[in-house]
Amino acid sequence: MQNKTFVAVAVGLGLIGLSACGAGGGTSSADSKTVTLVSHDSWAVSKNVLQDFENKTGYKVHVLKDGDAGQAVNKAILTKDNPQGDVFFGVDNTLLSRALDNGLFQPYQAKGSDLVLPEYRVDQAKHRVTPIDTGDICVNYDKAYFAQHKLTPPQSFADLAEPAYKNLLVTENAATSSPGLGFLLGSAARFGDNGWQDYWKKLKANGVKVVDGWEQAYYQEFSGSSEGKKAGGDRPLVVSYASSPPAEVIYAKKRPSTAPTGVAHGTCFQQTEYAGLLSNAKNTKGGKAFLDFLLTKEFQDDMPLNMYVYPVREGAQVPPEFMKYGPEAKNPETMAPGKIAANRDQWVKSWTSLVLK
Amino acid sequence: MALPVAFFAVFFAWPVAAIVARGLKADGAWQFGRLADVLTQPDIRHVLWFTTWQALASTALTLLLALPAAYAFARLDFPGKHLLRAVVTVPFVLPTVVAGSAFLALAGHGGLLDQLWGVRLDTTVWAILLAHVFFNYAVVVRTVGGLWSQLDPRQEEAARMLGASALRAWRKVTLPALGPAVAAGALMVFLFTFTSFGVVQILGGPTFSTLEVEIYRQTSEVFDLSTAAVLTLVQFVAVGAILAVHAWTVRRRETALRLVDPKTTARRPRGAGQWALLTGVLVTIALLLVLPLAVLVRRSLDAPGFGYYRALTNADGGTFLVAPVHAVWTSVQYAVAATAIAVVIGGLAAAALARRDAGRLVRGFDALLMLPLGVSAVTVGFGFLIALDKPPLDLRQSWILVPLAQALVGAPFVVRTMLPVLRAVDARLREAAAVLGASPWRVWREVDLPLVRRALLVAAGFAFAVSLGEFGATVFIARPDNPTLPVAVARLLSRPGDLNYGQAMALSTILMVVCAAALLILERLRTDRTGEF
Repeated sequence: MQNKTFVAVAVGLGLIGLSACGAGGGTSSADSKTVTLVSHDSWAVSKNVLQDFENKTGYKVHVLKDGDAGQAVNKAILTKDNPQGDVFFGVDNTLLSRALDNGLFQPYQAKGSDLVLPEYRVDQAKHRVTPIDTGDICVNYDKAYFAQHKLTPPQSFADLAEPAYKNLLVTENAATSSPGLGFLLGSAARFGDNGWQDYWKKLKANGVKVVDGWEQAYYQEFSGSSEGKKAGGDRPLVVSYASSPPAEVIYAKKRPSTAPTGVAHGTCFQQTEYAGLLSNAKNTKGGKAFLDFLLTKEFQDDMPLNMYVYPVREGAQVPPEFMKYGPEAKNPETMAPGKIAANRDQWVKSWTSLVLK
Repeated sequence: MALPVAFFAVFFAWPVAAIVARGLKADGAWQFGRLADVLTQPDIRHVLWFTTWQALASTALTLLLALPAAYAFARLDFPGKHLLRAVVTVPFVLPTVVAGSAFLALAGHGGLLDQLWGVRLDTTVWAILLAHVFFNYAVVVRTVGGLWSQLDPRQEEAARMLGASALRAWRKVTLPALGPAVAAGALMVFLFTFTSFGVVQILGGPTFSTLEVEIYRQTSEVFDLSTAAVLTLVQFVAVGAILAVHAWTVRRRETALRLVDPKTTARRPRGAGQWALLTGVLVTIALLLVLPLAVLVRRSLDAPGFGYYRALTNADGGTFLVAPVHAVWTSVQYAVAATAIAVVIGGLAAAALARRDAGRLVRGFDALLMLPLGVSAVTVGFGFLIALDKPPLDLRQSWILVPLAQALVGAPFVVRTMLPVLRAVDARLREAAAVLGASPWRVWREVDLPLVRRALLVAAGFAFAVSLGEFGATVFIARPDNPTLPVAVARLLSRPGDLNYGQAMALSTILMVVCAAALLILERLRTDRTGEF
């Protein structure tokens, strides 16, 4: 190639590059005035609440969203020697051990840790992570369908395998979807390490349908969501979240007086999300301040309607819409992060050959 | 030549090598024993088998349906041709999330076909094949049609005068000239379907899995980097083999062609045969490409008074710190930068490759350039993270990383579109110009450029469109809150509630319109520039 051409072309490229310079926020500097939060795509906070933190502390918050929950954690682990930020938010109980075993976080006991409800506390010895929010993965049902067929909606894991509910349930692939995995873990917590396989055999015989992701299950197959209705979804039972019914109401075109969907309270698995100070954070002081902020009443009150989760702090406000349209699950199934870590991959493998093959 | 090589070394070879090494090296020693471990698993074998046969079937089906269209666009004149050419390219740039839901609305249960005839294709392999045709139709139409419209029809006419039947004239004259372009188009389609990810995931359900899906799962979900590394190498070898075969066939068939102004080659359809073909092409496009898109647009209009579109301008501070509509602007900026990079890199590479004296080494580079199409986005994305993390190249949080990743996918298109045309430029024209005292730069400007300008614009249009709809690599790059269009769509889709879904559909519609507009502008540019031969 000729040098002249190269120069001309390079100049042209430079000009175009300059014109596109508005597209980014530039790089974040690792100065002591900026705190960088690394999180997954669902991170959300009201502008004024974040502004408040910035005004009070003098730190500027820079947010990096790094894919879905699993991806974000894996990337943080890959880059732990030279992390992309100071604080990581969004590792949940199904992935917690992976993060801790890989030395992702350094110890820090956030202010307000003593106000975290006891059932959500973990890692009490080292305080490498701080619980921030919680939610439940539960079966949702289409109220209209069950009213029309004069059928009582299922209430427990065991109910779902009953002949009355044949061909009604759609769930997600446990290998690729977080609610799908949660539902599998919930059944393992309920029926024990060896019992869950029999349970799934029954579910399979009872016509459970498995799709890859939550979007498809909820928007295409489930007859209770407004979009599923349009798409001709014919499954009145879906594995989703306890907070899905309030979302159906809040995001409806015309707000109905009651939620069109309900939650089967005996089918829930508790998911808690944690945040922590990254091991090689450049701005540890700012990172600590930000972790404190995540536990303030202000943030905990603001969080539910942004991320569709429940607060973990004692006395934080749960929005009235949540109470009215989808109260929190009672006694959801839980499982220790260590136990999840020890079994998850093997269980997903057995589940795949059992249910999908 | 140096620039494209450097670009690919730094932004492709190095990151990919870094992530593969991370997976296959333990305590500083390579663990090649892992290869055998992974490849003997029945699950993995099943994935390999499915990946291959569905790609072959998809490619055959795409060629079957799209070659007549390539002919129609090249040789026939009909009203609305430019608009339609832009329309067929739109599916190619739609994020798979959107196209998947459009297809489900069409062929899933309760979809249009189900209501009309009770036909349901979801979770069958047919849905996957049809969606692949939907996505790749434009690839064949543009690569083959672009060259076909510049072939001199008089050569075929001369053969007819000498007594050849129409079929024979076509087989002996046109087909050999088109060969490289058809091979290039088929190869691209095969590559895309071989490495298909979104389509398989949405339409295939959990029962069908391609190599790409498996790599993604091992990296992103299971975090088993060594299995992912082995699979990446397998995909590398497979893609490399395909490319080697392709390079060999193309070289054997290349001849200097006489290219003419495309304006002079298209005519109004004559005779029942041509009318029937045109009708068939239009019906195919209507059913396979326009219908799913129409379903999508209709869904975006479900709220009274463009409600979903109006909602796009609100920054709710929740999912978006900026209004979703802002993503349109972000995407366009990225796409402009990505197109510029891809055209420069691809153009330089194509020019170097087209030289008659190009050595074996240079030609080998041709195949290397195509590799990014065959390497999964998750591998490249994670590779960026661990390779480009030290000054002076700590680009992990720089906005330029997104266009760079997109250009990596776009550049091979530029090469593939320009190379057949560049190689077909008669070298004697250049020699004549040089003898008459033109500098090499001037030779390029006066001889090559007018002939390849059209290909250059087609290539730029492709690169632009690819960048607009590119989802895979973009998602793996950490970003401050400046989502591109496809990322914004995916984000809206992942939240429950009617309004979010409606906004996702509205944003997809905007994406379609922006793409179609960009492609139309390119078409216009092209027609302004023709009388210069």
